Amino acid sequence: MNKSLILHFRPKMVDARALRFSMTFGLGGMALVLVFILFFTGLLLKFYYLPFPEKAHDSILYIRNSVLFGAFIRNIHFWSANFLIVITFLHFLRVFFTSAFHQPRGVNWIIGLGLLIIVLSFNFTGYLLPWDQLSFWAVTICTGMLEYIPLTGKWLQSMTRGGLEVGAPTLSIFFAAHTALLPGAMIILLPFHFWRVRKAGGIALSEIIDGDKEKYRVKAIPYLLLREVVTALVLIALILILSIIFDAPTGDKANPGLSPNPSKAPWYFMGFQEILLHIHPFFAVCIIPVIILIFLLVLPFIKYVSNSKGVWFISGRGKKSAFFSFILALVLSIIVVITDEFIPDFSAMLPGIPMLVSNGLIPCFIMALAFAIFYFLLNKIYRPDRNENVQAVFVFIFSVFITFMITGIWFRGSSMKLVWPWLLAG
Amino acid sequence: MADTDNKEKSNLQPSRRSFLNTIWAALGILAALELIFMVFTYLGRKKPGAQKEQSERLIDAGIIDKYPVGSVTANIMGKFYLCRMEDGGFIALSSKCTHLGCTVPWDDKGKRFICPCHGSSFDISGAVISSPAPRPLDMYPVHIENNTIIVDTGKLLKRNEFLKTQLVYTKKVSK
Ligand code: HEM
Ligand code: FES
Repeated sequence: MNKSLILHFRPKMVDARALRFSMTFGLGGMALVLVFILFFTGLLLKFYYLPFPEKAHDSILYIRNSVLFGAFIRNIHFWSANFLIVITFLHFLRVFFTSAFHQPRGVNWIIGLGLLIIVLSFNFTGYLLPWDQLSFWAVTICTGMLEYIPLTGKWLQSMTRGGLEVGAPTLSIFFAAHTALLPGAMIILLPFHFWRVRKAGGIALSEIIDGDKEKYRVKAIPYLLLREVVTALVLIALILILSIIFDAPTGDKANPGLSPNPSKAPWYFMGFQEILLHIHPFFAVCIIPVIILIFLLVLPFIKYVSNSKGVWFISGRGKKSAFFSFILALVLSIIVVITDEFIPDFSAMLPGIPMLVSNGLIPCFIMALAFAIFYFLLNKIYRPDRNENVQAVFVFIFSVFITFMITGIWFRGSSMKLVWPWLLAG
Repeated sequence: MADTDNKEKSNLQPSRRSFLNTIWAALGILAALELIFMVFTYLGRKKPGAQKEQSERLIDAGIIDKYPVGSVTANIMGKFYLCRMEDGGFIALSSKCTHLGCTVPWDDKGKRFICPCHGSSFDISGAVISSPAPRPLDMYPVHIENNTIIVDTGKLLKRNEFLKTQLVYTKKVSK
């Protein structure tokens, strides 16, 4: 009975090629290890943390300063949470670039997107809990974005804030989400995710053209298990070392009357924040994210011309066209960031027409034009097939996002003006 | 005869069964909708502590002589600025940036509000000088009774542009 339950998730035999580290980099497994660490340390933190504005910050200081191993547990929770975002994102990239989202793994890709959203929500709700200046204003800004979603925005905002402003109700809602709602959702989705991997016959691998598949079969125990345990141990060691050396930040207690300058979103939302600086919030928080989400959702259901499963970057031409897209998007987004800093914005140049047009439609039109030129060049130079085209578009979007994120994290200083990273500190 | 009878029965049975199934399904959906409705109604209520008491809402900002023309005075209690234009008109501005809600400080040298978060700026009437803020600072109703200024912080007023009519004058000046 027990054994058969485990067998729903774990195979007896696996394909030896799946075990090569460069196939998956063990990223999914690492994410799982981090989830376990987070559940465990989170549970421990819960014994001391108090989710009330007057008490939250003090209870964090208490954990840090007065509880034996308190700072250590908190650091582990902090580092694992940040690692989980990075690792989940890398796992997402690995799945994409090995075409592992092609059917029959489409449903699992969608479940994965759900998990990605859960991981981000976990981090975001957890960010508020220390109730310091950084977290208070980051949450104010991010929940402020909701207001620009048409029709449901106002409602969504008051649902997440529990009132007009970030305050005691917000903290209690975020605490409930972080410690009950999201863990519940995670516990439901994860086994589903693993079961789908198993059901698809293991992870995606290239097809064996001739010769017999059986030749590659090896026993899961010890071969798979050994690799998983080694990866897990290395990861745990890394987290422990980081937690000993670097403390999780604790800012000053939140002060609703004083926004620090600059007030930034948490680092993983910095890409969106950067878009917000350049165009009307309605496009930045509603139209653009929705387009990206739809693109990601339909990915598995596009008709692909070739079977590129298990092959990194599809082909030689796939690699080249992806690299081209990456560099082009990088250059374009740097140009956008810099020109927008030095020329007055469209609303100032074109007074009299609504901002939704001058700061929204016009920049979007320019972006669409840039994208069209990119797509034209791509097809002119490389003549990619359907698979490679989809990959190039993905890389283009991803490259803009990463460039914006890096700009936001390291190149934006006081009043969100551009600065060099070494002038940023302080 | 018996044969046709049987036939009729077997024809009837499935349709009756499927009719019952439809009812079951409909009842199930109804129950689910009720549950969802109940949960959302429950969650949609104001959370304790989210709304100001009546006594906290009306803020007495003192007599008008305290405010020289062209001045901006922060009211910490009510989280608003009381501004007096050059022509003597009053306006109470919310200190929340209309972009994403940071608190905007008044820069007395530059004569403008500058948001620390994404650099929007507003003039003394709350009108946008530079984006990304999409509209002027929100305002609160101002009442002047016996030369005393009362600001109703329970009622946030949004606007798309600054209009002269938004200013409040003492009776003497406006006549
Ligand atoms: C909490 C987050 C997640 C955990 C713990 C997790 C875990 C795993 C594990 C252990 C595997 C087995 C193969 C491997 O190690 O790469 C896997 C495969 C897979 N994951 Fe995830 N995952 C997560 C998030 C995601 C996300 C964000 C996506 C993409 C949107 C995704 C899509 C997939 C797909 C499509 C597969 C099948 C890949 C294949 O068959 O080659 N997962 N996941
Ligand atoms: S919140 Fe004030 S400019 Fe963004």
